[in-house]
Amino acid sequence: MSIRAPRKGENYELSVDLNSEYREKRKDAIKRTIASMTVGKDVSGLFPDVLKNMQTDDLEQKKLVYLYLMNYAKTQPELVILAVNTFVKDTDDPNPLVRALAIRTMGCLRAEKIIDYLCDPLQKCLRDENPYVRKTAALCVAKLYDLKPELVIDNGFLEQLQEMISDSNPMVVANTVAALTDIHIAATSQPSTSSSDPGIFVITTNILNKLLIALNECSEWGRVAILNALARYVAQDEKESEHICERVVPQFQHVNGSVVLAAVKVIMIHMRGVHREDLIKQLVRKMAPPLVTLLSSPPEVQWVALRNINLLLQKRPDILSNEMRVFFCKYNDPLYVKVEKLDIMVRLASEKNVDALLSELKEYASEVDVDFVRKSIKAIGQTAVKIDEAAERCVNVLLELIATRVSYVVQEAVVVMKDIFRKYPETYEGIIPILCANLDELDEPEAKASLIWIIGEYAKKIDNADELLSIFVDAFTEESYSVQLQTLTAVVKLFLKKPDSSQGIVQKVLNTATKDCDSPDVRDRAYIYWRLLSMDPAAAKAVVLAHRPPISIPRTTVAPALLEELLGEVSSLASVYHKPAETFVGRGRVGADSVRKGAEAADDQFSTQKALQTVVAGQQAENLLDFDDDAPALDGQPKGLAATEVLSQTPAAANLLAGTSSNPLDDLVSIFGSGGGLAPMSAVPFGPGSAIPGRGGFGFGQPMSPAPATPAIKSQPQQHHPQDDLLGLF
Amino acid sequence: MISAFFIFNQKGEVLISRLYRTDFKRSIADVFRIQVVSNSDVRSPIITLGSTSFFHVRVNNLYVVAVTKTNANAALVFEFCYRFINICKSYFGKIDEESVKNNFVVIYELIDEINDFGYPQNSEIDTLKTYITTESIVSSDYAAEESSKITSQATGVTSWRRADVKYKKNEAFVDVIEIVNLSMSAKGNVLRADVDGHIQMRAYLSGTPECKFGLNDKLVIDKNERGVSDAVELDDCRFHQCVRLNDFDASRTISFIPPDGEFELMRYRSTSNVKLPLRIIPTVTEMGTSQVSYTITVKANFGNKLSATNVVLRIPTPLNTTTVDCKVLSGKAKYAPSENVVVWKLARIQGGQECTLTAAATLTSTTTRQVWARPPIDVDFQVLMFTASGLIVRFLKVFEKSNYQSIKWVRYLTKASGSYQIRF
Repeated sequence: MSIRAPRKGENYELSVDLNSEYREKRKDAIKRTIASMTVGKDVSGLFPDVLKNMQTDDLEQKKLVYLYLMNYAKTQPELVILAVNTFVKDTDDPNPLVRALAIRTMGCLRAEKIIDYLCDPLQKCLRDENPYVRKTAALCVAKLYDLKPELVIDNGFLEQLQEMISDSNPMVVANTVAALTDIHIAATSQPSTSSSDPGIFVITTNILNKLLIALNECSEWGRVAILNALARYVAQDEKESEHICERVVPQFQHVNGSVVLAAVKVIMIHMRGVHREDLIKQLVRKMAPPLVTLLSSPPEVQWVALRNINLLLQKRPDILSNEMRVFFCKYNDPLYVKVEKLDIMVRLASEKNVDALLSELKEYASEVDVDFVRKSIKAIGQTAVKIDEAAERCVNVLLELIATRVSYVVQEAVVVMKDIFRKYPETYEGIIPILCANLDELDEPEAKASLIWIIGEYAKKIDNADELLSIFVDAFTEESYSVQLQTLTAVVKLFLKKPDSSQGIVQKVLNTATKDCDSPDVRDRAYIYWRLLSMDPAAAKAVVLAHRPPISIPRTTVAPALLEELLGEVSSLASVYHKPAETFVGRGRVGADSVRKGAEAADDQFSTQKALQTVVAGQQAENLLDFDDDAPALDGQPKGLAATEVLSQTPAAANLLAGTSSNPLDDLVSIFGSGGGLAPMSAVPFGPGSAIPGRGGFGFGQPMSPAPATPAIKSQPQQHHPQDDLLGLF
Repeated sequence: MISAFFIFNQKGEVLISRLYRTDFKRSIADVFRIQVVSNSDVRSPIITLGSTSFFHVRVNNLYVVAVTKTNANAALVFEFCYRFINICKSYFGKIDEESVKNNFVVIYELIDEINDFGYPQNSEIDTLKTYITTESIVSSDYAAEESSKITSQATGVTSWRRADVKYKKNEAFVDVIEIVNLSMSAKGNVLRADVDGHIQMRAYLSGTPECKFGLNDKLVIDKNERGVSDAVELDDCRFHQCVRLNDFDASRTISFIPPDGEFELMRYRSTSNVKLPLRIIPTVTEMGTSQVSYTITVKANFGNKLSATNVVLRIPTPLNTTTVDCKVLSGKAKYAPSENVVVWKLARIQGGQECTLTAAATLTSTTTRQVWARPPIDVDFQVLMFTASGLIVRFLKVFEKSNYQSIKWVRYLTKASGSYQIRF
């Protein structure tokens, strides 16, 4: 050090103590240095003083010095060189713990100068007689690759790792697999790798057998590493798939939840290759109890499990059909667990268990957390739409809730009722007066809009519909846009149904909407109505009072191809978010390209359609660096549509799109529609900030809007097959 | 892969920080502090900002945080955090700010040992304790020999056991501990009743004993094949890593070489024929807007030779309660205003006995029309020598080369804490 630290202050005192002649004092000083380092103080100036204490018999002291070195090696590369000698000497120590410690630390130093000295000791340690040293050295290769890949390749460390898969010690095997996988991922994410390169860690049949043997013997974490590798293996034939499934199934009984989920992943992947019905049935049956057991884990693990169960149920709805009660919320569950349980309960709802479910949901609706209460009410609506026989019971529960007159309960119930009216038109008209009685209590746009839609829809049956609507017409300019749009449509409906009594109000609303309104959407819609009404009232009727297809709860919230991909990544972050990994690991365009290459190269995997899908998804990656529930959809949507447009220009691609059930656009809808745990039935017809305005601005209207008012909406009536209509437009 | 591991205190100060990979700077800790610690409305245990994901677990007054930039295995990360917490509890008796600050050197040693380059390594507490201790180890020739043994244990096929264990008296203690989960509706219907059981074993056995363990269970995977015997139906079992899962899968035998000392042999779950040890009969009436009257009866629903101990009922009162007048013949009842509950403690209830609490809560008048959510009554208790599922240990056989005699002890305990809930 050319500039000495000032001769006072904390660092100076430490430096004095580090050079003390008393051993205990020096050790204590090192501890204090580490403590300062932890809280973020800069103690890099003490580097030479700490380094002096490296050569010691005291293992604890050694570890502390190493910890310090790992932290500051990068900033003091020229000083690290002084430590090399001790490190190299330590890798020859008779004590295996010391050898392992030295090799482990050297790998973490990340200073260019020291790396060249690392190769020889590493070579030696990979062949060490002690398995503890070997397993540490195996991971050290991955560390080295991360820093300087050429060195790993030139020294033949990769080949050595490949050999170590046959090691007699299961822990060594597990760490070798982890290291190879790490290197494999690092190598394939490089933009320079060509699509024909199979990658560094290819799992052959020979390796497979070794992994299956090691699986039963190694530690829990090792099992996860091995199971992950098994998930990547491509089975040669059906027999092999069956064999893998049978060998992996016992892992369901492991106490560690991550081992169980990793086993589920392997089974879900290799079950694709199994065609024997009885075996599939048996595998699925064995999967259910361990999944339920995961619900008695700590809440965070529970949550990960629940998110994955949600995915599994989309693929195999029958898996937990008798188990709904275990998903009942406990009063003290954290909110994120409760919300996820709600979603799963609705998925499991059937004629058999609906009564129990409804009484549960009613209970939740009286809890204190507003969010949870709303979601519970929403769940009641979803149940009503899902199970025809139970609709009446659901409506009765909703009426009881409305009777509580708690503001947010009433508002949410009104929104939910609108969906029920859409599914069962003309069935529950008797309750309209009760809903209208709460009109004054509504202050949220969504609830208001829902009630207005109901009034417009049943204008003929409501005697004072014009009075009710005029309340909203009078306050037109003060309402939010979604309410304005609904008011507009409802008044026009009223006019078409009762032309005699409502001429005044329709004139008024069209006037206000076209003259005093600052939203182009509202103005445009008003102009369209105005022209339709003045040119051709019959056409207006055909457009505004058009027949709507009934709504239903989609069985899946993600597209089929994406679902398959996510099931192949059970328990990963992607499966927790229900989004492809490219959307949040953010390698940007480069990553997307390499993914597409990978998908194109593998013929039999998910074929070109998945490639197309990943391209579209991948193009979002850059925009998705921050993901809020809804924000990305705004940028993402036009881009996605643009992408489809390009694709459908080539005849081949167009054929592909038309001929398959899932296409990129389909995926987009679900990627953004369902992200962040939105309810599967998009019960948010026009909430501000949701994905819808973006799409509306694009001119395609709202797929699930309760009021198919504009011609554009008519052409795209339902979320399930927007692609046909869109293709028609192109 | 875990790129970084942190421990924060409640204020957001970093107590422990360890970067396993270099894709982050230390300053990433500030991001977590701003986004999670100082944000009162965190609604998910995983926060992803850009491409960085923070996994956090709250324990006492600490945040245990793991950070990654990859599509990491979320279950593994959380299991790892909880394993770390358990290791700390075992090493320091508790985990809180004080114990972390006092033991940070050992904690650094531990997190370096149980995780390398972001991949979790051997984290068996017993094994760790042999080479990471609170006293320093001096590496001498003797230690080298010793550590060879340690390392081969830490990596071996039976990584959980040393080979040279010797006891004068060979004993094994088996504790069957069942936690009852109950949700009962206001009408007295059982909405959900199940048992989370675990079998805790303390093995003080010499050599390398081969154990076989038997229960009166009948693992029913297919619910259609219900039997009529006294066998207990277990919905699912999970085992300590020493149990040979393949043997269990093939023949339902539980065979293993136990770790030395205490460990959790298995966990299980049972949902059928759950015997509820305590029956609670609540009558709660809201008299107008100013008073709520309670009559709560507890019935002990088991043989009169047994007794429930440490019974604590937590009976919620409305938020605007001013005073509660409680009358009990047994135990002590007290209104705890800070939690809005009446706490009724009973040291012991004999089987068949019945206890009643009557209370009247006086409310202040409020202007808001907020409905009282009526949270459920929560009951904690312990009943010794009773299993809610009816599970019984049939046998525990120990085979060892030297053929010694071993003594086995079995205890049963059924308890509830925070999961036995009765709505009213």
